[in-house]
Parts: sequence; C-alpha cells; structure tokens
Amino acid sequence: MTERYEVHEHDVLVIGAGGAGLRAAIEASAQKASVGLVTKSLLGKAHTVMAEGGIAAALAHVDPQDGWETHFQDTMKGGSFLNHWRMAQIHAQEAPDRVRELEEWGALFDRTADGRILQRAFGGHKWKRLAHVGDRTGLEMIRTLQDRGVHMGLEVYMECTVTRLFLDGGRIAGAIAYWRESGKLVVFRAPAVVIATGGVGKAYKVTSNSWEYTADGQALAFEAGAELIDMEFVQFHPTGMVWPPGVMGLLVTEGVRGEGGILRNAKGERFMWKYLPEARRNEYAASEEEARRWLDASVAGKQTDARRPPELSTRDNVSRAIYTEVKEGRGSPHGGAFLDISYLPAERVMKKLPSMYHQFLELADVDITKQPMEVGPTTHYIMGGVRVNPDTAAATVPGLFAAGEAAAGLHGANRLGGNSLSDLVVFGRRAGEAAAAYARGLGGNRPRIAEAEIEAEARDLAAPFERAGGESPYDVHHALQQCMNDLVGIYRTEKELERAIEELAKLKARAAKVRIVGTRIYNPGWHLCRDLRNMILIAEAITRSALLRKESRGAHSRLDYTNPDAALGKVNHCCVRAGETMRVSATPLPEMPAELKRLFEAAPQPVGAKA
Amino acid sequence: MSAAPGTKPAGAAADGAHATEAVLSVFRGDATGGAEVEYKVPVEPGMVVLDAVHWIQAHQAPDLAVRWNCKAAKCGSCSAEVNGKPALMCKSRMDHFPPGKPISVRPMKTFPVIRDLVTDVSWNYEINKRIRPFSPRPGAQWRWQQHDIDRAQEFRKCIECFLCQNVCHVLRTHELKHQFAGLEMHPIDGADRTLDLRDQSGIGLCNITKCCTEVCPEQITITDNAIIPLKERVVDRFYDPVMKLWRMVTGKE
Repeated sequence: MTERYEVHEHDVLVIGAGGAGLRAAIEASAQKASVGLVTKSLLGKAHTVMAEGGIAAALAHVDPQDGWETHFQDTMKGGSFLNHWRMAQIHAQEAPDRVRELEEWGALFDRTADGRILQRAFGGHKWKRLAHVGDRTGLEMIRTLQDRGVHMGLEVYMECTVTRLFLDGGRIAGAIAYWRESGKLVVFRAPAVVIATGGVGKAYKVTSNSWEYTADGQALAFEAGAELIDMEFVQFHPTGMVWPPGVMGLLVTEGVRGEGGILRNAKGERFMWKYLPEARRNEYAASEEEARRWLDASVAGKQTDARRPPELSTRDNVSRAIYTEVKEGRGSPHGGAFLDISYLPAERVMKKLPSMYHQFLELADVDITKQPMEVGPTTHYIMGGVRVNPDTAAATVPGLFAAGEAAAGLHGANRLGGNSLSDLVVFGRRAGEAAAAYARGLGGNRPRIAEAEIEAEARDLAAPFERAGGESPYDVHHALQQCMNDLVGIYRTEKELERAIEELAKLKARAAKVRIVGTRIYNPGWHLCRDLRNMILIAEAITRSALLRKESRGAHSRLDYTNPDAALGKVNHCCVRAGETMRVSATPLPEMPAELKRLFEAAPQPVGAKA
Repeated sequence: MSAAPGTKPAGAAADGAHATEAVLSVFRGDATGGAEVEYKVPVEPGMVVLDAVHWIQAHQAPDLAVRWNCKAAKCGSCSAEVNGKPALMCKSRMDHFPPGKPISVRPMKTFPVIRDLVTDVSWNYEINKRIRPFSPRPGAQWRWQQHDIDRAQEFRKCIECFLCQNVCHVLRTHELKHQFAGLEMHPIDGADRTLDLRDQSGIGLCNITKCCTEVCPEQITITDNAIIPLKERVVDRFYDPVMKLWRMVTGKE
C-alpha cells in the first residue's frame, strides 16, 4: 500500500535553520534560486540561540594588533594543525565582513567607548576578538538572520524532519521528510541540498546540546555516500553545570573566563597554571599579579603588556585539567571545579553575564555575584563531519553541500570558542552561493526521484507502529548515552573503544526492533525511533575513528597513546559507506602553502595587507 | 571533601535531599478535547517540570507530546501553564510547588491545541512577517554609544516563548509589541511603523494591565518600556495638537 505524500519542488533545499542554514538560504535566495528551508523545530529555536560568548572576527576594534593572519594562526594552533588550511584562511579573512553584514541587517552588538563593535577575550585567541551581545550573542544572530530571511520571503517548512536523501545516478535528487505535527510525508524534489543540521551531542549523557542534536545531517550524508572526516574529535566544553542533577551538562559560557573567571580546586589552588602546554606557556600570564593587570586593563578598555590569564587556555586543555583535578581527589563537592567571578563588582557581572546570573540563581540557587559556580566538562561540539570543498562547501556527492557544525575541516582537532558562530555565516554564505550556482548549472537536466525509494522509506518509517514486540526507543537511547559517556569520553583507551564497538552493534540491533504506541500526530517517541538510528550510526563513526587514531591530539585524548604522533598529524580519518558497513581509512591532509607556513616560524611576518 | 577557603560550596543546601515522589497531572488530548492524566514521578534535587515530563515519556507515555529544545531557558519552546500559571517548563522547579499536591501541566490556553502540551503558534509567525523590517537611514553613521542601544537590547532579549501573547486580553489585535520596540529603538533605523502600530496592531486597545510583563521569563518590562513609549509615539504623531501645528508650520514630519 502506498502512502500519500505532498510534493514540493525547489532549486536548493536547506536542511536546518540555525545560523548556517539561514545564512545559506538567504544567499541562495539572493542568487535567485527557489529555496526551501526545512527545520525540525520552530523557526528561531535552533541550537544557535544557545551560543553565548560571541562571534570571532579580527575586526581589531579593541586590540589594533589583530588581523586575519593572527586569527588564522590561532585557529590552526587550536586545532593542532589538523585543520584544512584553506578553510581556516577563508574563515579568518571573511569573518569581519560577515559580522559587519549582521550589523547592517540589524544586529546590535555591544559597543566600545568610541562607538564601534566591542570585542572580548576568549580561550586560545591571542587578541580580544569576539564581537558579542552580553552572553546572548547567538540569539541576536539568529533573530537577525531570521528576520532577514522572513522578509526575503523564504519558504520555511517548520517542524518537518528529513529522513532520507535521494540520488539519481550518483547525484542528489531530493529528500523525504515527515511533518511532526501530523506525521504525514513530504517529498522535496531538489537537485541541490545543503546540510546545516548541527551536531551529535544527544548521543552522550552529559551534554550542553538541545534535543535536535541527533546527528541527522551527518547520517543523511553518510547514507547518501558522502565522506565524513575527523569524527573522533568531539569537543568536551570545560564548563558545564554539574549540580543539580537535572541541569547537569548545561553550558556555562566561556565568557565567564573571558570576563575574568578564575578556576580553583577544592584546596583553593588556581590549578590552570599547572596544565598550560609548554609550547604555549609564554602566551599566558606568569603570575596572579600579571593576570590581574590584564583583567584590569580589559575592564578599563586599555592596552596592556600583561598576558592573558591561564583560564583562557584552549577548551581541550581546560577540560582535561578539570577532569584530572577531580580524578585526583581535588574536585568540588559535586565532582567539578570552582569557577569564581564573584570577586568582580556585582553590577559588572550582571551587565556582562546576565543569563549566567539568572541560570545559576534560578536552577541551582547560586548567586554568582557572591559565590563560585561548580563546573565540569560537558559534550558540546563535534569538529568532524561532512568533508567539504573549502571554497564551495560541496561534499563528495554531486549536489550535496554542508556548512556549520555538520561540516568538517575548519576546526581540526579542537575548535576555539567563538569560531563556530563565524563558521556558520562564512561557510553558510558560501554553501548557499555554490548550491544555487550548481542548480542553475544543471539547466533542464535535473535528477529524478525513483518512486520505489519513496515507498521503501515510507514503509521503514511506519514500521515501529506495526511491530508486535520490541522495546521503547527511550530505553535504547539511554543505553547509547551511557555507552558513549563511559567508553568514548574525554579519555579513551583501545580496550574501552573496542567494547564500545561491540555495544553499538547490540544497540543497532535493538534500535531496529523498537516499538512505538499512539498515533503519528506529534508523537515524540516515534520521532526518536528515527533519530536513534542516526545517533547510533554516527556514534560508530566516532568510535571507529577514535580507535584508529593511536595518539593524543586536540580533543582526542588516549590514555594508551598519550603523545601526538607526527605521522598521524598528516592524516584525517575518513568514514565512508561500503554497502551495509562502514569503512574507515586515513587520507592525507592537504599541505599548507609556503607563504602561510612562514606565519608559524619564529618571528612571523604578516603576509600582504590586512583583509 | 573540603571547599575552597572562604567559599560556600555551590548547591550545598540541597545536599542530602533524598528522591521523593510527585504527581503530575498532565493534559492529554487534541483539538477535539481531552483530560488531565495523573502520573507519579520520582523527584531529584533541582528537578524542573520539563524533566518530569521527560521522565513520563521515557517510562509511562512515550507518545506524550511536548515541544522543547534547549532546556536552558534560551529557546522559549516549552511554554505551558503550570498550576494555571504561564511559565517555561524548563524553569519551573518542582520544589517550588506545595508538596503532596498534584502539579497541573496544561498547554497554553490562547493557542489551539495540536496534541497534549503542543499548541499551534503559527499565528505569531504570521504577525512577524507583517512588521516592517529594520531599514537603516541612508547615510547614517554606524557608530553609537552603548547607552544608545541599552533600550533596544532589552527587547532583543525576547526568546519568542509567546507567554506574553498567551496572557494578553486583547490578543489578535495588538501583538509583538516588544519586537516593534526592538526595531523602533535601533539608533539608525529609519522605517516608519507608527501608522502600523495605530491601525493594524491596535496599540490603543492595550490598557496596560502589565500581565505580559509579569510572565516574561526574560524580565523584559514590556508594558513600561515598549508599549507605553510606542503609545506615546502614536499619540505624538496623530493626536498632539502642538505637534500638529508644528508640522503644519514647518512642513516637517
């Protein structure tokens, strides 16, 4: 029996309406393409709203020494040089224009004393670089893009979940989705698809990610035959809430440390000095006195020769530091570290970190202007994702594009805070532009969707209602989250990763037999059945890639291989579908051209004029 | 375990609290009707109503419909009426309700129910399309002081939870006031929305009962800082005799 479905036709279908998806849709629309923007949530609720600290761009408003070269250097160093150099270059060069563009579209960033966009310090960034709006930068960004898109007349399909991409002769032909509200099916005929679906954090138990982060885009791309790279690099943000249990994992913005937050252990020791990597120690203050001088100058908006505090080390490093302090018995009462901003005037804390103030007061009964916060690592971001062409954001399947967290390459082995918001708009714009050009270039030669594939997917989607036995998808999801938390977390070992592979195979078999009750009208249990399949698939990609990387680099830390391995620093791990199995192999990392390499020599010289 | 010197460990007060049980009385039904169903839920320290709803989904009613995203009060998706009061479920602490009594959880009243706790809020998106977009004045300087934007930034904190709409007694005739304000108060915005405010949005109908301000989870003072100033703009333009004379004499708007 064939189920009825509605059909829509577009030149470009953008999946995901966060920063990257909206920016891609705006650009493709500006190129006169017919654009469909599909989101599994309501418009404006995407994960981008949760980004707090700011958007990184070398505007050089606060620190005039800044420029794209330094931003490029910081991004490459932060990513342990596993980044695609060209993506890092494009990103650093174009981010300032994208920030100015947001302002032209109505975004109201905080201001400097001379009336320009204010910038704050963040981990791993040499200069004060993050344009921000208090601690709700992502919200400002998504509202700005949302309003821009709505008034351009974008066609938005809200609460609509894409479950499969269709190919015709190896090229993208369209996609199928269901309306969450009614459970009815929708087929999109579109020769170009932009994946902008964000991350995978819901595969983990302790996470700062929202319900949407179920690895949809990575799984859709993988099943369509696209290559995924760097999947072993999952970022554990150092500062998530650890208490009370209901809010465990909830993000505490890095802006707290950017504004002067100090990390201490249960003995009152400011422990971050101990964990600075030797190679970068000279970039950080050597004493409490120097860190304080840096902060005072920062608050006063003045220049200083003092170096930044050790808390502003990169995220991978701060996460490991907190984890180690707790493991060695110096943790806070609920198994974290103390993060203290209460020594600053209460008025400043409330002005610069208002949502953190309310979050702790209302959810944890902690007044951060008077008491320290308790924080610990939380799953936050995946550096890996769909392999893309740096200039066009094109994936390895013709007609498929990817941008934002779902794409890989910019961040290498570890992302710097603030680089994700800029990633969204820089590569979102490029993806939208290239997708529109691709669709235009096809002329009348458009791929077609085979009816049999639509029917097969419709049957697959209906299956959980028709099974007689089978367990609840929620039980399988909880088991997956526990498995990933316990076996594929901050520190990994061969033994545990191998166990995870076995567990994931069992979970996959269980997920294939889940059963759901009720109707198709707004049924979250049914929605989870499909999300679960995506999460398990991508959990396997993470685990297999982690197993292969027998070294410690960036966010990937192995207890059995504690040092970086120079040979592995020259390869990405690439996951690709081979029939019903996953093939993982090492592929060479593109080599940086000589003029960019010179930036990393002893006394770096700027190349060319500032962008 | 010792705390940092001179500091009180965060959350220490809640320590030792043992898991107890609460009863949630949740609306189950759709546009054709429904009723509240009671569920027993174990309570952990710091637990919020949304956690309890998730527990019910995972253990008792996998098809219980609820809209949520971030569970961090940043996305405004989980609006509902908890014990009759409009609130975000992710910010409603279980320990703030009287123990021993069922906690009632119902969908927002103003919007049509789709299923269980999920309502049709598409009307808000339709209204949003009708608000004239930000339009910078030609030749404007892109420089301004922080105090120039403090007011506009207040309204831009809006997370679109629609709780203010839910409690507004003249709903469907004057809406999204603070979004107007967020644009009208941009230092270099040049679009004229005054006529829209008077004719389409019915700003005159609001008799400033401040219900919207009371329920705003972002503490936006909607009535005092958005609606009243916008009312003043309409009054200055259309009803102030001195301003009318001034415009006649000078020919300026």
